[in-house]
Amino acid sequence: MKRFTTALAAVLAAATLTVAPVRAQQVTGAGSTFVYPVLAAWSDAYAKKTGVKINYQSIGSGGGIAQIKAGTVTFGASDMPLEPARLAEAGLIQFPLIIGAVVPVVNLPGIDTGKIRLSGKLLADIFLGTVKTWNDPALAALNPGLALPALPISVVHRSDGSGTTFNFVDYLAKVSPDWRAKIGVGTSVSWPAGVGGKGNEGVAAYVQRLKGSIGYVEYAYVLQNKIPYAVLENAAGSFVAPSARSFQEAAASADWSKAQDFDLVMTNAPGAGAYPITATVFILMHRQSKEPAQTKQALDFFRWALGQGQEVASKLDYVPLPEPLVAQIEAYWQASLH
Amino acid sequence: MASARARGDSIFGGLTLVATALVLVVLAGIALATLIGGWPAFARFGAGFVSHTVWDPVQRDFGALVPIYGTIVTAVLSLLLAVPIAFGIAIFLTEVAPRRLVGPISAAIELLAGIPSIIYGMWGLFVFVPFMADWVDPWLTASLGRLPVLGVLFSGPPLGLGMLTAGIILGIMVVPFVAAVMRDVFTLVPSALRESAFALGATRWEVVWGVVLPYTRTAVVGGIFLGLGRALGETMAVTFVLGNAHDFNLSLLAPSTSIAAAIANEFTEADSATYLSALIALGFILFVVTFIVLVFAKLLLLRLARQAGR
Repeated sequence: MKRFTTALAAVLAAATLTVAPVRAQQVTGAGSTFVYPVLAAWSDAYAKKTGVKINYQSIGSGGGIAQIKAGTVTFGASDMPLEPARLAEAGLIQFPLIIGAVVPVVNLPGIDTGKIRLSGKLLADIFLGTVKTWNDPALAALNPGLALPALPISVVHRSDGSGTTFNFVDYLAKVSPDWRAKIGVGTSVSWPAGVGGKGNEGVAAYVQRLKGSIGYVEYAYVLQNKIPYAVLENAAGSFVAPSARSFQEAAASADWSKAQDFDLVMTNAPGAGAYPITATVFILMHRQSKEPAQTKQALDFFRWALGQGQEVASKLDYVPLPEPLVAQIEAYWQASLH
Repeated sequence: MASARARGDSIFGGLTLVATALVLVVLAGIALATLIGGWPAFARFGAGFVSHTVWDPVQRDFGALVPIYGTIVTAVLSLLLAVPIAFGIAIFLTEVAPRRLVGPISAAIELLAGIPSIIYGMWGLFVFVPFMADWVDPWLTASLGRLPVLGVLFSGPPLGLGMLTAGIILGIMVVPFVAAVMRDVFTLVPSALRESAFALGATRWEVVWGVVLPYTRTAVVGGIFLGLGRALGETMAVTFVLGNAHDFNLSLLAPSTSIAAAIANEFTEADSATYLSALIALGFILFVVTFIVLVFAKLLLLRLARQAGR
């Protein structure tokens, strides 16, 4: 029965995926939609340089995990890390590739971007539906001097399962015991309030059209669509705006050295200037590859991406990994790939 | 010679049988595949699967009542809107319009049927949703929302997204299908019947109500159910304007979700076997709902045919 379900899923996934036949000069990958723009730019630059083409299908993190487990691609990309036990079970290795962030965006007539302040707990209460209006006393206390409208709060969340959601609710669960107890953490959850938009673009479109709404999107969508965002209080107690610097500070202050297989979600990072919902995309590869040539090419590509490729990434508003972390990844490759 | 011709005939007959059997095999195959795929969910949640409103991927607890309710309510709303409009269009084209207008208008309606549903969805989200949020929803809440009992249907914040908006968009999408069927069958009414009625001094309305409709009602009902089938299964347009929320809410202004929209939204990232199975089970339920609608239509047609025979 279970086998049938997985077979059916595989057929349907294959229908949406249509992986091109693997050739010697082609490395295939699938997964996270978040990393797609930068992987596409990298692949372009890398192909011009070396002739090796990286064919990446952005089918979502869950799909990427399923595809790498099934062995139909050379690498998978996921917005959430797998536990070491699950990695070992599937014979996979995992490492972070690039940093991004999830940003709460709002539609409040008369209030400029970055003006409204939110604490993590308040953000959780809004998404739990317990804080219902923008002039709630709790919001007013955090925002003295800001004329908050008496609008009802419309919550906008993702309707599809997503790594963006995973990082967002992981943060909410870390800062709000209520959220952890009632909702929990996952790529999709049982939302107590609001409407669902499909994809980052769906959430962005809803937030831009619904007065008094609040949603969450990847940082790149905030820049592209110029949606007003809220600043967040981090673990150190300061209010930070999303920026390359605050993301990097979060990555630097997260304690990667103790995380086995880089199994670390760096939301609510401790650094003084750290942005609280900073996230990483993880690459998954087989420990023992059936196609060593492709695996080697993929590794060469990632080595290039983590080094020279960072310039391309910065242009697209992605944030490079801090150098000590890159060194740690190199050491991890040496130790775990055969 | 005669035997060769007879053989050709039997081969031809066989081929048509194969074509028909193929459809039945595919139909049974889809039903069976979704039933088997959804079986773990049915087995785990039992009959409660269709009456339970919780949809919690974290706890792996799934109930299908919200999508079932959203699917049926939006489809019914769409018919309430589409049937009178389609009826008006068909009457206009067959009874009222000057001949030179019939061609262009029919072409325009067929064009409406050819627009991809994602275009309706995007138009709905970018144009129609703000209109509903700024004008229609607040007005409905202020007027109908105050009524006792019925007021529940029009309560809540004016999001612009929700079952009413989805029902209206679906209605617009269904109109061309129902109108085309109605127009085609109205033109089949023998002109002798129509002219006799006019000769007896009947008005245009009396001719339509007393002659044209009774003559064509089985086909008209068939056309309506064709439209209903389309509304039940529509995915993209609904996903854009329904709000995709698994909350049970009686208000027509509240966001909800439909079976097709839930599957389209959640399939790619369904990360546990139970979740996947629950979505496939939803597919099976949609199959059953559509089947029930078709059977109901067939029975209705049979009854109408019997009444007409009397």
